[in-house]
Amino acid sequence: MTPAATTTPRRAPSGSVSERTGAQPPRSRRPRLPGRLRRIGLPYLLLLPALVLELLVHLVPMAIGIVMSFRELTQFYIRDLNSAPWNGLDNFALAVDVNQPVGESLLRSFLTTCQFTVLSVGLCWLIGTAAAVFLQENFRGRGLLRAVFLIPYALPVYAAVITWAFMFQRDNGLINHVVHDQLGLTDTPPFWLIGDNSFVALLVVSVWKGWPFAFLIMMAGLQNIPRELYEAAAIDGAGVWQQVRRITLPSLRPVNQVLVLVLFLWTFNDFNTPYVLFGKAAPEAADLISVHIYQSSFVTWNFGTGSAMSVLLLIFLLAVTAGYLLFTSRGKKPADAH
Amino acid sequence: MTLLTGFVLLPVYVMVSSSLKPLQDVSGSFRWMPSGLTVRPYFDIWDTVPLARYFVNSLVVAGAATVCSVVIAVFAAYAVSRYDFRGKRVFTVTVLSTQMFPGILFLLPLFLIYVNIGQSTGIALFGSRGGLILTYLTFSLPFSIWMLIGYFDSVPRELDEAAKVDGCGPLGALLRVVVPAAVPGIVAVAVYAFMTAWGEVLFASVMTNDTTRTLAVGLQGYSTQNDVYWNQIMAASLVVSVPVVAGFLLLQRYLVAGLTAGAVK
Repeated sequence: MTPAATTTPRRAPSGSVSERTGAQPPRSRRPRLPGRLRRIGLPYLLLLPALVLELLVHLVPMAIGIVMSFRELTQFYIRDLNSAPWNGLDNFALAVDVNQPVGESLLRSFLTTCQFTVLSVGLCWLIGTAAAVFLQENFRGRGLLRAVFLIPYALPVYAAVITWAFMFQRDNGLINHVVHDQLGLTDTPPFWLIGDNSFVALLVVSVWKGWPFAFLIMMAGLQNIPRELYEAAAIDGAGVWQQVRRITLPSLRPVNQVLVLVLFLWTFNDFNTPYVLFGKAAPEAADLISVHIYQSSFVTWNFGTGSAMSVLLLIFLLAVTAGYLLFTSRGKKPADAH
Repeated sequence: MTLLTGFVLLPVYVMVSSSLKPLQDVSGSFRWMPSGLTVRPYFDIWDTVPLARYFVNSLVVAGAATVCSVVIAVFAAYAVSRYDFRGKRVFTVTVLSTQMFPGILFLLPLFLIYVNIGQSTGIALFGSRGGLILTYLTFSLPFSIWMLIGYFDSVPRELDEAAKVDGCGPLGALLRVVVPAAVPGIVAVAVYAFMTAWGEVLFASVMTNDTTRTLAVGLQGYSTQNDVYWNQIMAASLVVSVPVVAGFLLLQRYLVAGLTAGAVK
């Protein structure tokens, strides 16, 4: 493999073979940096574009967001940030005061999001893992089934969610046609996209959209467990259950650790699904935190309070992530030593 | 598993069948089978809203973001994969952690920065495709770098060494040896970057105006009219999904392998 891989790529960029045979490699044409600078500076030079962009679009705005949360930033000051007056912790006080409408609705939105996230992540993980285990066996149509399972992951969010919104329509949607007209489970066709049912609707769409990712990662994790481990265990007389408990579960631990964290962060921060499903005004029962912050910022144009809410969210996410990583890594060591 | 397949495919069936129905079929009670097949929605979608313009905008934004993101990620991943340098770990952790936090956190400040840059320098980032390209390329960048590091690590170092013996510099080795050997990984990253940019809703809804609107926002135009043309919405959804789903299913092997390399490490 080595000679083939080195020769083909070198030929590919050049024009004709005849020109190539006589000429030296193009190094002589390029000006070279002094060796030392080159050796030390090159990796940094290669990283520079990525670093600058990440700083510019993610880290600097995050820092500015923190500054903004200490200012009174309403629509009068949007065109000129520096003129916005400082107001200390007022924004935070407003956001966490649960006796005021702003704080109360933020708390409700937060609790809804927590409940939604736990259910959604749990279901995504369960379905994804079950499907991944099922697809470990070789059977006809396995490749096709895998492709089908990945469709929700591949579809653009808005196209998929808008289809679900159509299905959940009260008068002309598929869900009510089945639930009410065909099965007769309800007396009147229920509303799905307003009122309490909207939580269920959001959960269904979120699981539909999210489980293929869990499936993908679990499948990769399962495939990476060496077959020999199972064979060796079988020779030592371990049964199927013992193999699952002693080999499969411990081997999947690192994969699970990352997967659950990523699912949690994505689900908790999900904006696209509720935004497309419900439009500008999310019903109370399905008012996820991202949409809530978006609405309290862009509807009232009160960016200071919106930023304070974002900062609180950031602190919460950091705390959960750090706690989660500490907790799962601490439990991991004895298992590894085992 | 049959149940699961049904659950997955149900919206796809609704999308395809409804897009071929006449308007009265989607306005009244839902019908599993259309009363008559028509392709009219596929012609009407272009007139009801300026879908062609949104399509071009999405294509330009997603395409440019993908190309930039892949090029930048290739350089960064090569540095991390082949060199030992100070701050390497800090770099990878920082870059990855930006991926983890919600768009809403930097939406407001970024919006203000773009508006203020426009105000003070005249560079129109807000409302322009350029601003959106810049934003989207940083969204896919962290994950792209992460996936490519895995891929580059799997390309044997001996290949680089051989290229250097043959007279290539480090960049020559990257472009002539490592990149060609990691084509599957690069394809996977490109697909991922394109999908990310093509499907993004939050920033598109804030940072675009009538002329630069992308499909993500434009598609909602069908539901703000007096009548909701569900058959047209479904047809339009299908049309905008086909490029990405087809690309994804064709290249899924690469993407799965790329995710594996990154996730299982």
